[in-house]
Amino acid sequence: MTDALQRETTAPALRLAGIVKTFPGVRALDGVDFEVMPGEVHALLGENGAGKSTLMKVLAGMYQPDEGRIVIGGREVRMTTPLEAKEQGVVLIHQELSLVPEMTAAENIYLGELPRKSFGRVDWRTLHARSDAILERLRCKFRSEAVVAQLSIANQQMVEIARALTVDARVVVFDEPTASLTDAEKVVLFDIINDLKAQGVGIVYISHRMDEIFTLSDRITVLRDGQYRGTLETALTNEDEVTRLMIGRSLDLSRDTTPVKVGETVLAVRNLTCEPHFEDVSFSVRAGEVVGFYGLVGAGRTAIAEALFGLRDCASGTILIDGKEVSIGSPERAIGMGISLVPENRKEQGLVLQMSCRDNMTLPQVQDLTAGPFVSSGAEIAIFDQYRDRLAIKTPSWRQPAGVLSGGNQQKIVIGKWLSMQPRVLIVDEPTRGIDVGSKSEIHTLLRELAAQGYAVIVISSEMPEILRVSDRIVAMYHGRITREFTAAEVTEDSLVQAISGVAATAEA
Amino acid sequence: MTPPDTVKQSRQMQDDGPAAPPLPQAAAETLPGGTSARISLFRDNPLVRWLMDNPIWGFVLIVFVFFSFASEHFFEFSNVQNILVQTSTIGLIALGMTLVMINGNIDLSVGATLALAAAFAVDVQSWAVFASWGNWQILPAVCLALLVGIALGALNGFIVWKTGVDAFIVTLGAMLGIRGLVFVYTGEQSFYAMNFAYSDFSVVSVGPLPVLALIFLLCTLAVHLLLSRTVHGRNTYAVGGNREAAVNAGIRVGPHMMINFMIIGFFAALSGVLLSTQMGAATPNLGRDYELWVITAVVLGGTKLTGGKGDIIGTFGGVLAIGILRNGMNLMQVPAFYVYVILGGILIAVLFLDKRFNRTANGGLRL
Amino acid sequence: MLLDRLKAGGPAIARQGILIAFIVFMIAFTFMSDRFMTADNLMSVFRQSAIIGVMALGVTIVVIGGNLDLSVGSMLSFATVLVVDLHDKIGPELAIPAMLLATLCLGAVNGFLVGILRLNSLIVTLGMLSVIQGLVLIYSGGQNVDIADQQGTWFAVFGRGAVFGIATPIVIFGAMALFFHVIMTTTPFGRRVYAVGGNPTASTFSGIPRSRVVFATYLISALCVGVAAIMLGSRVMGSQNNVGQGYELQVLAAVILGGTSLLGGAGSVLRTVLGVLMLAFIQNGLILMGQPYYTQWLVTWAVIIVAVWLDVAAKRGRLLSPIA
Repeated sequence: MTDALQRETTAPALRLAGIVKTFPGVRALDGVDFEVMPGEVHALLGENGAGKSTLMKVLAGMYQPDEGRIVIGGREVRMTTPLEAKEQGVVLIHQELSLVPEMTAAENIYLGELPRKSFGRVDWRTLHARSDAILERLRCKFRSEAVVAQLSIANQQMVEIARALTVDARVVVFDEPTASLTDAEKVVLFDIINDLKAQGVGIVYISHRMDEIFTLSDRITVLRDGQYRGTLETALTNEDEVTRLMIGRSLDLSRDTTPVKVGETVLAVRNLTCEPHFEDVSFSVRAGEVVGFYGLVGAGRTAIAEALFGLRDCASGTILIDGKEVSIGSPERAIGMGISLVPENRKEQGLVLQMSCRDNMTLPQVQDLTAGPFVSSGAEIAIFDQYRDRLAIKTPSWRQPAGVLSGGNQQKIVIGKWLSMQPRVLIVDEPTRGIDVGSKSEIHTLLRELAAQGYAVIVISSEMPEILRVSDRIVAMYHGRITREFTAAEVTEDSLVQAISGVAATAEA
Repeated sequence: MTPPDTVKQSRQMQDDGPAAPPLPQAAAETLPGGTSARISLFRDNPLVRWLMDNPIWGFVLIVFVFFSFASEHFFEFSNVQNILVQTSTIGLIALGMTLVMINGNIDLSVGATLALAAAFAVDVQSWAVFASWGNWQILPAVCLALLVGIALGALNGFIVWKTGVDAFIVTLGAMLGIRGLVFVYTGEQSFYAMNFAYSDFSVVSVGPLPVLALIFLLCTLAVHLLLSRTVHGRNTYAVGGNREAAVNAGIRVGPHMMINFMIIGFFAALSGVLLSTQMGAATPNLGRDYELWVITAVVLGGTKLTGGKGDIIGTFGGVLAIGILRNGMNLMQVPAFYVYVILGGILIAVLFLDKRFNRTANGGLRL
Repeated sequence: MLLDRLKAGGPAIARQGILIAFIVFMIAFTFMSDRFMTADNLMSVFRQSAIIGVMALGVTIVVIGGNLDLSVGSMLSFATVLVVDLHDKIGPELAIPAMLLATLCLGAVNGFLVGILRLNSLIVTLGMLSVIQGLVLIYSGGQNVDIADQQGTWFAVFGRGAVFGIATPIVIFGAMALFFHVIMTTTPFGRRVYAVGGNPTASTFSGIPRSRVVFATYLISALCVGVAAIMLGSRVMGSQNNVGQGYELQVLAAVILGGTSLLGGAGSVLRTVLGVLMLAFIQNGLILMGQPYYTQWLVTWAVIIVAVWLDVAAKRGRLLSPIA
């Protein structure tokens, strides 16, 4: 860990001073200062919309700042393309992997910089030799001739990182790198980050996950509303202080412990099997309770939700609604039985971005909101108004296309869409992914309220604080099987982590 | 993976799959309990793998064998030569179309370009300024015709680059407009080649191969090497596979696509010139619907409409498949009507089989 | 300042671009030929545009649903040959329903392949274009067909007759345009087509039966082709077996000019009408100016590119594409 004294005497690998960046109508960055020392892991935190992405894009040469200076290795630079940034030694590992799927790892690593022979031919030998060397440095087990499309997500991320190392990088920026990694894969990633650190590379780490930030980083910088809020020494601060910098107040993360009256069993699942995603799954959900499904990426939770919503065929097992066995062949049938699913990916699965907010919200029931053969605009608007007020959705008019809303408001539209169906069972998959802390809290409160009103709620989440906060019971899954069920009273963080990691917790890359 | 905030402008026309494709990944871990080892051994055989990746060649083989038995004149060297010559028209253009489609674009104007180039090639020979050149008058005519093709391709490419309008629409307009140019230039007349050397060219042979077939094969080899061995060729896959990544990696996407359009323009013109040597003439309606056959051949060969995938070997197979079918059915005296039905049916069947065998769509989701 | 205001108003203007271009063309042609802006001429243009127009309505709906239909040209050949041929064999009362049924079957095949099997619509309808052309040739044996008694049949009313003084094709085109406009903008079905075209995955997740919706769009397209065939066969009283060749591209050009995006999820039937009329008036205006018939293709080329360019530029906020 670099310490403050060492920092006094060494030059920063990178310094941003007074960066201003405006887009039409919004001041995305308002005089932000930021610096990274060589060999330091510097975390960058802020709510969605705080300016982290914009700052990193300025750093990576994708945007030009309107004002301010960028100083790298002591020299002021202007970078107009990502390639120039890379030549200066600054590389950004994107959140959305920017790889070409049908090409080999080697071709991706050296994309745009393929080594040449005469007549424009590719120098394959040099290409593969260099790529293999980089992959070895990253402890990868695959060869550079592997086609990227056939690699696992973690390995694809390795290729992306390898891209960064074709030059002597001074600063590497990781943007939400662990979003799709299993715990074992995260360990490998952290080892690599520590390797880079030891080699004197400055690391910028952007993440929402406090536990990772407190494990990895040396310093934490917080942005809020495009403004620089402060830099803290990780060793000397805590989560609460950081959160206060981020949102201006403390978050009440405790559970709402008012007792809720629990009703009959609405949904029961017995020995449900759907290879290769999950096997022999049995659980039940009663009216008035929230059942949380927790587990690693790939444990099978979303697959269960999809099966319950008629999107997946199950080889064997039964599903019972109100005690009667049912067969759910399609989302239409599921909706008819009172099941609603707020899906994992709101932009791809939850909304038609070009359609208005109102039309999105009424989509599943538009055929019932009719006057004669025509759709009743009044009935649609009534529904929209009702849930806009109930969920505090911020949009100037119902005509706005859903695509222009913020992530939190988009998620609320999807939730409103399904609440308006008056479901008996509401399944919510990753309710607050990519949403700012304020909206997150609102949605958690909402989920508890829904339980209090008698809904049977299933929540799937990969964030432990979230699961602990909203659930009455927690179902832990590992590799497609339910390993343990907890009640809110008996669950502990350690026992939960154990339950989702399997008995033999060997790393499988 | 969360897609960017704006709706992605992608050329996916309702092909199955999510709107902004997340990177495909290795199949989800299977639960313990072995899958049959025998099937995986079968799949590991390199020849089988190659056939499964390039199914069109399996088809070519089947069809070749079929016609060899069904018609006594099929399995003759002179007939094979025929097939190569007959398919060279579509085949040459298909080489360029492969590049353009891997780029994520398409070119519907190739038929019209073919006609315009043919008209130039035949007409310019007889210009007064070249009257004293003797047989050499063919040279400037052919050069001009090829230049016309390249220029039209450059125009299409430039428009696609600078305006951002989808290549489908740009070349749809070009198809209409260039055909208009053909009619303006020819005044609705057919042009006839006065110089016999020109039409004699089409029956020249180099050793055992007709020169037209030789040109086709050489060009196929050249484009194959371009696509698989050069930086421009590899960048073609990058631009088509993930345009944003290509841009960020510093690849100059605009000029790159323009070059590929110029290549297909060149091949359309070349094909027109060679076709006019076979006919000894250039007609204003030449090349109508050729683009459909070209696209059919390229898609049969395994190139994906959405870009990023395909190769010249597959395209060559697709071209041969169409050529063998037409030639074989001709020899068997099947009325031309049935060719249409069969070719259309095969195209659809290939799509269907590709879908069945090439991925567990959406990870088993019933989307 | 003015430049800023223009820039701010730019997108709105560009979105109405097709309407403005239409008006500009009409004014220009009126000046260039005094025969242009006459009732006779206008009616004649409307009448001639009806066949492409009706087909364009159906294709618009398919495109809004996120797909393409390139088979409409050869489907028109098929339907026209069929109805003309059956007219003399079983009489028009039976020929028309029989042809419509057969055409709907073809549409159902399209709908099955694209909607249910989820194959790529460009390639599928390209293949069907070929298959249907072959079917026509097989059916007709390569011969053209004619109606024997051309004066005495009531079948002539569709292509040659008039309703309340307005040519029948115009009435049919207008009525169908209005009908489909109402369907697409005010019924649940129309809403679903827009949803499926805009985001097929999210539509499935919202309980919309995506396959059925796409299937229906292809049935509609086939129905439109059938109606167009009735008008065409009735007007010409005969048919060559490749009469529809090339129509699919003119129809597509009209849909594109009308501003419907080929990506799906947006567009309007009425704007397609505008695109159809625009193409028809370009052809008409140029002919009245004494231009040979192929000049219209050059003008159409330029108009398509400029029109779509402005539309795309308006959406992204800058004139030139930002690609390096």
